[in-house]
Amino acid sequence: MQKRLVLNQQQIQIILKRFCHQLIENHDNFENTVLLGLQPRGIILLDRIVEELEKISGVKVPAGYLDATFHRDDFRRRDFPLKANETKIDFLVEGKKVILVDDVLYKGRSVRAAMDAMIAFGRPQKVELMVLVDRKLTRDYPIMPDYFGIRVNTIDTQYVVVEWASQGQPEDAVWITEKEK
Amino acid sequence: MSQLSTRHLLGIKDLTSADIQLILETAENFKEVINRPIKKVPSLRDITIANIFFENSTRTRLSFELAEKRLSADVVNFSSSNSSVKKGETLVDTVNNILSMKVDMVVMRHSSPGAPHFLARNVKANIVNAGDGTHEHPTQALLDAFSMREKLGDLQGKKVAIIGDILHSRVALSNIFCLQKLGAEVMVCGPITLLPKHIESLGVKVELDVRKALAWCDVANVLRIQLERQQIKYFPSLREYSLYYGINKKMLEELDKEIVVMHPGPINRGVELSSDVADSDHAIILQQVENGVAVRMAVLYLLAGVRA
Repeated sequence: MQKRLVLNQQQIQIILKRFCHQLIENHDNFENTVLLGLQPRGIILLDRIVEELEKISGVKVPAGYLDATFHRDDFRRRDFPLKANETKIDFLVEGKKVILVDDVLYKGRSVRAAMDAMIAFGRPQKVELMVLVDRKLTRDYPIMPDYFGIRVNTIDTQYVVVEWASQGQPEDAVWITEKEK
Repeated sequence: MSQLSTRHLLGIKDLTSADIQLILETAENFKEVINRPIKKVPSLRDITIANIFFENSTRTRLSFELAEKRLSADVVNFSSSNSSVKKGETLVDTVNNILSMKVDMVVMRHSSPGAPHFLARNVKANIVNAGDGTHEHPTQALLDAFSMREKLGDLQGKKVAIIGDILHSRVALSNIFCLQKLGAEVMVCGPITLLPKHIESLGVKVELDVRKALAWCDVANVLRIQLERQQIKYFPSLREYSLYYGINKKMLEELDKEIVVMHPGPINRGVELSSDVADSDHAIILQQVENGVAVRMAVLYLLAGVRA
């Protein structure tokens, strides 16, 4: 199976730092800003960003985990329903600036479902999207990221795999692989 | 695995341990949903569910209806007291007529044991048993297990005493199957006339003395005396039943440990439970009711979620 490294640990670290500085630039002292990581994989990136932001600015930005399983548009169109993950949000998003965080933006359907799930917690003032990898050629919905780590040209027969050292992988890395036929 | 091994929920007996775990885990997600400011998700918006109740019910029917509405399903309600059943229509005809109005799922309570199984063989929709006579009441057992797990963690090795009218109780039978599949030990306790013959063949302990049962258990699930199902006298008087089997605060205080008290409702205060127990911190009766909505949402979601 073909496998191509797109980002290595050092490059991912540089991107995380860049994300933090972009957020500080746009959100100042985060007085009215919250971060929501999309389950299941966006929460790993979210945790890293929250940690990094605290190191750089000394601010612990309110953050939560959002699961959009019950808001997906493919219910009853799959052979069986997807298993839900934990939603853990101990604040309201009413009137807040919300930054949704995910690892890969592919078709845009998960983000649409996530926005639907998010408004159960109030009407946000503004919503932004941050992703580590933007697969720009494969979108089904008109959704674009406000912050992206890298933009890649991939097709549907390829996977983008994000590996994290904190999840037992040798190191942080992003790969593009071919789907097995 | 995120799929049930069945397309109907007829009884706990037919479920695997993995099915029960999946339902309970999914119910945890739905419990978070029903505590949000907006307690609704769109999953079942293209589904219509008929709640068909041939027997009286307050909690179960409201709980199913809320669960359905919080999943965005369309709901129709039917009760036999004001229907054509009174005019002599058969069960299959009644349900098929409802289904021809494009109903996808049927939640049914019926006084005859096996009625939902019969329906599942004869109609196309998914069937959820909301209680069939003295046979099973699967969603009650699931919500009881969910409430116990919430309070005590994993049920493996936990001791649960089911106390009261076991003979006429569908809750007892479903609870026995469910708890055993989750690894708990089960005891039944009640007057000998209200214990089914050969109940020990299900692998449960049998105890006639309620004090001994309370001393043994971690959880006491107390059942109501089902006077409406009793054609003959099984004990001399309610007062005598209450004297020997009623649980009061003093009995709980005499134990050397804290136990959890549960009741599927409706409570006959002063008969099986005194008010000072029903309203105490030992009792999780109202949490059971809240959890009922989450568990029923999980059941409906998992049954409806296979490819249409």
